[in-house]
This record gives sequence, C-alpha cells and structure tokens, in this order.
Amino acid sequence: MSLLSSGTLYRGKVGMWSWVLHRITGVAMFFFLLVHVLDTALVRVSPAAYDVVIASYKTPIIGLAELGLVAAVLYHGLNGLRITLIDFWSKGAKYQNQMFWVVMAVTVALFVGFAPGHIINVFS
Amino acid sequence: MVDDVKVIAEVPSFTVTLMVRRYDPEVSEEVKWVDYEVTVYGTDRVLDALHKIKWEIDGSLTFRRSCAHGVCGSDAMRINGRNRLACKTLIKDLDITQPIYVEPIKGLAVEKDLVVNMEPFYKAYRDINPFLIANDKPEKERLQSPEDRARFDDTTKCILCAACTTSCPVFWTDGQYFGPAAIVNAHRFIFDSRDEGAEVRLDILNDKEGVWRCRTTFNCTEACPRGIQVTKAIAEVKQAILKGRP
Repeated sequence: MSLLSSGTLYRGKVGMWSWVLHRITGVAMFFFLLVHVLDTALVRVSPAAYDVVIASYKTPIIGLAELGLVAAVLYHGLNGLRITLIDFWSKGAKYQNQMFWVVMAVTVALFVGFAPGHIINVFS
Repeated sequence: MVDDVKVIAEVPSFTVTLMVRRYDPEVSEEVKWVDYEVTVYGTDRVLDALHKIKWEIDGSLTFRRSCAHGVCGSDAMRINGRNRLACKTLIKDLDITQPIYVEPIKGLAVEKDLVVNMEPFYKAYRDINPFLIANDKPEKERLQSPEDRARFDDTTKCILCAACTTSCPVFWTDGQYFGPAAIVNAHRFIFDSRDEGAEVRLDILNDKEGVWRCRTTFNCTEACPRGIQVTKAIAEVKQAILKGRP
C-alpha cells in the first residue's frame, strides 16, 4: 500500500514507455562513454596501467555488458530518428506508434544479427 | 408484450468497487485509499458513481464538477492510472472485475481529495496571451477563409481541463514547464490568420521551459478528452519557432 499511497503509476502508452527506455539507454550510454574516455585517457598517464585495464575488459561479464551496450545504442539511435521524424515530418505524430514498432523490429533484427558472433568471440 | 417492454427498459445494474485516494488536511496529513462499493447501471459514468458515494455513503468526498457533460472541463481525474473526465468515462468500459482507482491529477498540489490547485496551470495559460492581438480597430468583421480557419481548428477545442498537462512526465517533475494546454492555446492564436501576435507568443514559447521541454511522450494526446492532437500541435509550434513565423 505504501506504493499506492503515493499515487498509482501513470499508465501511459507506447509513447511514454519509449521515452522511458530512451532515457535509460541514454544514461547507460553516458556512463559507458565516461568510463571509456577515462580508460582511453589513461594511456597518456601510464601505458602499463592502460594495458591492465583493457585486459580486465576481456572477461565474460564485460562481454555480456557489451551486448547490452549494443542493444542500448541500437535502440537509442533508431528511436532518436523516430523522435526527429515526430518533430520534423508533418505526419510524424500520426504514425509515432507504428514507427515505434518499426524501431523495435529493426533493433531486434540488428541485435540478433550481431549477438551470436559476439557471444562466440567472448566465450572462445 | 408488456413483459418485453419491461425487459428492454431495464438497464443492467452491477456492483463495482471504487478505490478513491482521499486526503483532507483538516483531519489528517495522511493520504489514504478508501474503497466504496456501489451499485451502478450500465449507463453510468464514473462521475455518477462518485455522486452516489457523496450523496449516499460519505458526504465529505470532494471533487469538482460543473456541467457533468464533458464541456466545462472541471472533473479531470486519474481513473485507473490515466487522465480522464469522470463525466465521459462509462463504468462499463472499464474492467469492473477489478476495483476502479480514482485519484487526483498529478503534478498540481492536492487541496482535498480529488481537488487540486489549478492556479499554476491557469498561470501558464495566461502567460501565452490567450486572446486576439490585432492592431486595427474592430470596425468590421475580420474575414477568414475556411482553409485559414481549418489551420487551427483542432486547438480551438480545448476546455482547459488540465488532463493533458497533468499527464506529462515533464510537468510532474518540472512545474515551470508551460505544459501542453498552454501550448495548445498558443497554437490556437499563432496559426490564426486574423491574429498579429504570433511573434510574441513564439518568443514566449522559445524558452527552456517552453516547447523545447516537450519529450513527445504522447501522454497528452492520449489523455485529451476532446481528441486534440496535442503533441502534433506542439511539434507545429516548434517548427514555427524554427522558421520564425507560423
């Protein structure tokens, strides 16, 4: 009941949840980029330390996280095109729902194309 | 024969449970969900059920309603998690096997039960100059072609119920945002060929808290009881700002 006493969750539709997912993937990518900039900058500080950090990335856990990163980039990028069309295409608002499912379909298709090869790489 | 007439005239009735989010600062600061069981008819709307509670069970239940027919825009509330007018939501269209959750619209301060302080909402509306701006004296009719009138027809339908603005996730966390309703009403004049204040209004909305706050979640479009294509209207205002004219 404590959750309910602060009001129920707003039951938005595709538009709202696509935005929530866009936020989550965007923030996740920001943190990846932050770490990425830091580890790359490390090479100027100490090449040996850089090697240690990069070697630590070649583990299955990071390998699986990379899968997540690719999924996030695919969704965020494609949904970004959808949002651009909503703002700039006169029929964008009308077809936003259908465009979301196209975004999801393309995201899944590209991800399915990428994942097997990557998983083989990570675990070999 | 008489029996047949009786069967036709009888409107099916059923029992539903309403969970209403109650808050009365004069009694307690605590917000609580209270359930009411009422017998309603297939023709009844959520507003009728609320009336039944207020008139027959608990007279302290507080909510706004004026015309009760979807014109005045007083009874916007969150019904089963979505902003709706209680007077336009038929109970039979909801899942009556589950309790119906009724709570105040989100993002505006609750004063009592389902009544919120609408002032920040009205202020945003006033801030966009919701009136005709024209320099010439009104000595004769201002003529307009049907095509020019059609340009802003959709946004003339607004009844200021606040269902759109309080469905917006941006507005919930940023009360400074003008919100969909104010932008819709700005759109109504910006794209009116008789109006000369488009530049002023575009300037007002070309702000961090103006149209650029919109994240196109389409909650507003989905919530509008008048079917206004709100997100589309906001996108058109964005375009007008980029072009520098309507």
